[in-house]
Amino acid sequence: MSTATLAQALNTALGDALREDPDVHILGEDVGTLGGVFRITDGLAAEFGPQRCLDTPLAEAGILGTAVGMAMYGLRPVVEMQFDAFAYPAFEQLVSHVAKMRNRTAGKLPLPITIRIPYGGGIGGVEHHSDSSEAYYAHTPGLHVVTPATVADGYGLLRAAIASDDPVVFLEPKRLYWSKDEFAPAPVEPIGRAVVRRQGTSATLLTYGPSLPVCLEAAEAAKAEGWDLSVVDLRSLTPFDDETVCAAVRATGRAVVVHEASGFGGVGAEIAARVMERCFHHLAAPVLRVTGFDIPFPPPMLERHHLPGVDRILDAVARLQWEQ
Amino acid sequence: MTLLDQPAGAPLGSVWPPDAHGPRRDPAPLLPDPEPLRVLGTSVADKLDPELLRELYRRLVLGRRYNQQATTLTKQGRLAVYPASTGQEACQIAAAMVLRDTDWLFPSYRDTLAVVSRGVRPVEALTLLRGDAHHGWDPKAHRVAPLSTPLATQAPHAVGLAHAARLRGDDVVALTTVGDGGTSEGDFHEALNFAGVLNAPVVFLVQNNGYAISVPLAKQSAAPTLAHKAVGYGISGRLVDGNDAAAMHTVLSEAVEHARSGRGPVLVEAVTYRLEAHTNADDATRYRTPDEVTAWQARDPLHLLETHLREAGLIDDAAVAAAAQAAEELAAEMRAEFHAEPELDPLSLFEHVYAEPTPQLREQAAMLAAELAAEADAR
Repeated sequence: MSTATLAQALNTALGDALREDPDVHILGEDVGTLGGVFRITDGLAAEFGPQRCLDTPLAEAGILGTAVGMAMYGLRPVVEMQFDAFAYPAFEQLVSHVAKMRNRTAGKLPLPITIRIPYGGGIGGVEHHSDSSEAYYAHTPGLHVVTPATVADGYGLLRAAIASDDPVVFLEPKRLYWSKDEFAPAPVEPIGRAVVRRQGTSATLLTYGPSLPVCLEAAEAAKAEGWDLSVVDLRSLTPFDDETVCAAVRATGRAVVVHEASGFGGVGAEIAARVMERCFHHLAAPVLRVTGFDIPFPPPMLERHHLPGVDRILDAVARLQWEQ
Repeated sequence: MTLLDQPAGAPLGSVWPPDAHGPRRDPAPLLPDPEPLRVLGTSVADKLDPELLRELYRRLVLGRRYNQQATTLTKQGRLAVYPASTGQEACQIAAAMVLRDTDWLFPSYRDTLAVVSRGVRPVEALTLLRGDAHHGWDPKAHRVAPLSTPLATQAPHAVGLAHAARLRGDDVVALTTVGDGGTSEGDFHEALNFAGVLNAPVVFLVQNNGYAISVPLAKQSAAPTLAHKAVGYGISGRLVDGNDAAAMHTVLSEAVEHARSGRGPVLVEAVTYRLEAHTNADDATRYRTPDEVTAWQARDPLHLLETHLREAGLIDDAAVAAAAQAAEELAAEMRAEFHAEPELDPLSLFEHVYAEPTPQLREQAAMLAAELAAEADAR
């Protein structure tokens, strides 16, 4: 088996989708000649032509709005938003049209649009280049929200997103773009299934996207403290896999939710509440959260203090009322 | 050399600036006429097909009656709200008439008359405003997109659909309607820009009725006319009298043909007037004078066309009576359909959020089903 980076796996997924389905069209800023600022669309315009991988004017609402019209005519657009914080101008199109069109037309106008958004910090990006915006999207009924954390999921989840007849916000953890792993293109389970990345007995870390490698590292470090941690990779925020999450939490009786985004009103709050509602009698301690602070994303030279790291995760694990 | 160093009066097509900056184009052919085009009352009207003029008249009469009946239904509580297009009927019917069956219409919330003129039944066109459903008709069967309430957000959809049709080699034009206030929205500009760049076969119809709810155009835009907004995007702008049904039909037909032939999108500004308030919930006397309304009533599109047809000897009392009779039949159909209670299924709320309901939605649907069962038991 050969190796690939997450960026290469995503590029392979896009190429395979373009090859297999003539209705798939990519559009966005710099996706054509340049191949995207992260090179996720590298070579696609050359292979499939400038119409299948279209360099658009610099206007995110226009890009997504145009994609809506294309989808209404039967195409399957894949939109690239260049950075997390640059996707906000498209928010109205996303919330008022993309998320609602199937519902308001009683199923007559489904919009199979994939919206790819590089997100999260950890690459030393300057202001507006490191946001974790998943809570906005996960709060919007009608959208699927998925995020890969491994090279294999990068391929499989993106293929599933493009094949979905519903709009999918596909959040790409940009600091994992260059992470490398063994890779053979293969489908993953349907959108909506979490996966247990590490089976433990002491406590369960619930995480997704850029925080998965941090949690796995924390789980290794925890062995020195005598803790054997489970790590669950959510992969899909909407739909949410209550079944896998609750089974993993019940098996250990303790849980910590980890994500980069600010904690207040974040996805972690929803996860903690769901676990508490469903697993209360299995819990030996309250569900804790390790998240970014409730501050605008910091300047690059300070971001390491904001992002959940191994020590902060282990500190949270230590607070899970072990003494009783 | 910087942009500021550019010598004044540099000839078009010179080697400066370099290619990547794009060729500069002569804006003159894109500029709208200084005055809105009028046809009725001019010699041009005599050259038009009399049957087309009679058809415009029949549809105007139907349109006026439709607006009156919908307003009445609102007063009777049968519609939650109705933004009347009274006074703007010429724009509405022309927008529907100039399109082929295979073309698409992307209406805004005030454009249900255009939707009905396209063949959608009133009871389906008005579900949003009745409140029984967000949307009533099959968009693909009628090639009419859902009414868009967020202003101008449907304009990029029209561009995307027209672009997609062209990619597939299909002969399809998309026409979208925006109000004067809607031209201030960012999506309007982005749609014009995309349409220009993609050379998409789209017609943007701006119905300039003078007010965005209460705010007059003078506070909305400093543009010479709204049609001038086209020029900045390399698009043709046209200015037309929106109360002159013959002029509306002429200009929109030309615009659609221009777009269809691959010569690019067109922005048409129709100067018109909303004779009623913004909706039944609005009080127009707070922001405009009775004199202004009276002046526009003299330019009522129905009155203008009927006067012309009578003076030209193209209709008689029997034709007028026949048109009125057809309008009464439409109004009776509307009354019958809207006085019947709509059938509502609360569980349908969960059916179309996704292709398949998520596990979470299935749980919530079960909760609502249990509540409905308990309600039924209590009865």
